[in-house]
Amino acid sequence: MTTLAAGPATRRRRASSTVWRVLTYLALILIMAPAAWLLIGVLARAWSHWQWSVLWTTLTPTGGGLRDQILGTLILMVGVFIIAGTVGVMAGIHLAEMARPNKRSGRLSGPLRTASDILSGFPSIVLGYVGYTALVVGLHWGFSLAAALIILSIMVIPYIAKTTENSLRQVPTGYREGAEALGMSMGYSLRKVVLKSALPGIVTGLLLALAIACGETAPLIYTANFAPTLPHSLTHASFPYLTYVVFQYYNAPQANYHALSYDAALILVVIVLLLLVSSRIIVARTQRHAESARGAGGGRRRRRGGGAEDEPLLGITGAPPR
Amino acid sequence: MTTADGVAGSIPVTPRAESVGKPKLPRRIRDFARRNEEHAWRGTAWVAVVLPLAALVFAVSVLAVKAWPAIRVNGWYFLYGRNWTYGSGYGTVVHTGGVAHPMGSQFGAWAIIWGTLASSIIAIVIALPLSIGAAFALTERMPTWISRPLGFTIEILAGIPSVVIGLWGILTFGPWLANHVYPVIADHMPDVPVLRYFRNPVGGGEGLLSAGIVLALMIVPIIASTTRDLFMQVPPLPKEGASALGMTDWEVANKVTLPWVRSGIIGATVLGLGRALGETIAIAMIGGASLQIPHTVYLPFTTVAATILSQLDGALTDGTGFAVATLAELALVLAVISVAVNLIARLIVNRTGRVGAPVGGA
Repeated sequence: MTTLAAGPATRRRRASSTVWRVLTYLALILIMAPAAWLLIGVLARAWSHWQWSVLWTTLTPTGGGLRDQILGTLILMVGVFIIAGTVGVMAGIHLAEMARPNKRSGRLSGPLRTASDILSGFPSIVLGYVGYTALVVGLHWGFSLAAALIILSIMVIPYIAKTTENSLRQVPTGYREGAEALGMSMGYSLRKVVLKSALPGIVTGLLLALAIACGETAPLIYTANFAPTLPHSLTHASFPYLTYVVFQYYNAPQANYHALSYDAALILVVIVLLLLVSSRIIVARTQRHAESARGAGGGRRRRRGGGAEDEPLLGITGAPPR
Repeated sequence: MTTADGVAGSIPVTPRAESVGKPKLPRRIRDFARRNEEHAWRGTAWVAVVLPLAALVFAVSVLAVKAWPAIRVNGWYFLYGRNWTYGSGYGTVVHTGGVAHPMGSQFGAWAIIWGTLASSIIAIVIALPLSIGAAFALTERMPTWISRPLGFTIEILAGIPSVVIGLWGILTFGPWLANHVYPVIADHMPDVPVLRYFRNPVGGGEGLLSAGIVLALMIVPIIASTTRDLFMQVPPLPKEGASALGMTDWEVANKVTLPWVRSGIIGATVLGLGRALGETIAIAMIGGASLQIPHTVYLPFTTVAATILSQLDGALTDGTGFAVATLAELALVLAVISVAVNLIARLIVNRTGRVGAPVGGA
């Protein structure tokens, strides 16, 4: 190689390749640096004055803690988990197992899927406004937990449906065929075979949806408003949550409130990190199980992915992009 | 595969085997449940899958009904006008076409719509090349022990609540840009048509460019992680073949990998665009909330979403309810834009291939 004299075309090609390589690294740095700055910045701002009592004292006009805001956010997450989790998973089951592909084009489309896709890209503030108009004012619920839960759930249902559908599609067709060959009814095989092996993916999707839900602010301002302490009723009572504290208190007149705003930001980041890390652990554990079941080489196949020659014959996983 | 596998191994030989040892329900109830289980699954699943469609139809009709008086009074001026005033706050009410509104109120939302489009375009222009470059660096050039944690960092960035990013933007990042970056750019920009918008004054860090950069940071994870997943799905053989033919890294990327996943990247970009168009809270914090089109890219502006959020309190003071109806019209405009973007993306993707994996999916 070195003995050959490189012509101008070769030199240009080598140079373009080097430039490309440098640019890709530069792009990675330009993304990583602000991300790291953001995480460290949030941590540093809150850490300099951190007091653990923030976690168990309530908000007062001069300062205090964020106990009820944290609980409020957790209650919202549990509610969304129950409502959006049920509806979203069932919708995903329908999209993956029951909706038939279009006979002529063979493509999976149709109004239901389109509606779900559009809803997942729908601006959250618009949903918040609809919640305000229809639930808070229209149904006379007032600013309330109920209105906030419904709007938040509608926001994340398409997301859960999508992740459920995708993880159901990862279940090898052989499992379903085997179940049918054993004479299982469709419902029984869904319950005992298909859903069981798709469960890790579904749970991961649910956790990520919760991460989205706990970080929302705009639709909550329109539906839950804000309260310093937890109310005792589902309707007609404003509801506390963390994101509002971040949004409103960083430039509040009381200096104590600035600290609360940074604390709330840190707590939110910690909640999101816990959710992401646990979803990561679930994925890693299932991959390990899958690899031990498939025998050696499963790991590499997962990484390289998509090579048609090493896919199981009946598998529908990793279909090539076209 | 069937014997060693944990899942397949746990399947009972017949459904009946499972009920052995449990307290038995009366046979008729059990048989009824077994016969109708499939109906129950299908029924519930159908209800669940219809709900998003119902919610969408409901949301758009609520907006349309609520916005109708405003649409009739504001007319087309709403889309091209630049004057946004609530009119007399002292109870002087006039009627136009049977709709009551305060005297002197005039709602032209062009500056707001312009701000939405401009900030989203800035965000896409910054985020798309960065995401593709980073996805390449992560998938093609790095050992797994580096690319895994870096990829996870990008996923964390996707999960950070937008209000936290907004807080960092307004307190740390915006001021830093205004003190150290913008002056350098502004002082060296020539006074020619497009670049004129990058000249002084640079403002205090609350403005269009700051918001665009922060938006870019928020949509980078969407585009980058989808693009990374797509790159991983490109089979290795064509790439190795291209390398074996003597192609350089850049040529392999440009001629093999990128064409393979183009439609997926378009899909991911439009997903990101949708997120940028609808982003509310971060813009409300660092946009500066000015209802005018800014003279330079550094100055305050606003978007449709941020206006809906910040103007509600003001609009509620309008006794005729007309200002609230106008906000509904604004929300309707945003909904139409985002639905249109989504449908166009589906059209592109359907014509050329299929959409990539969703963000952060397992």
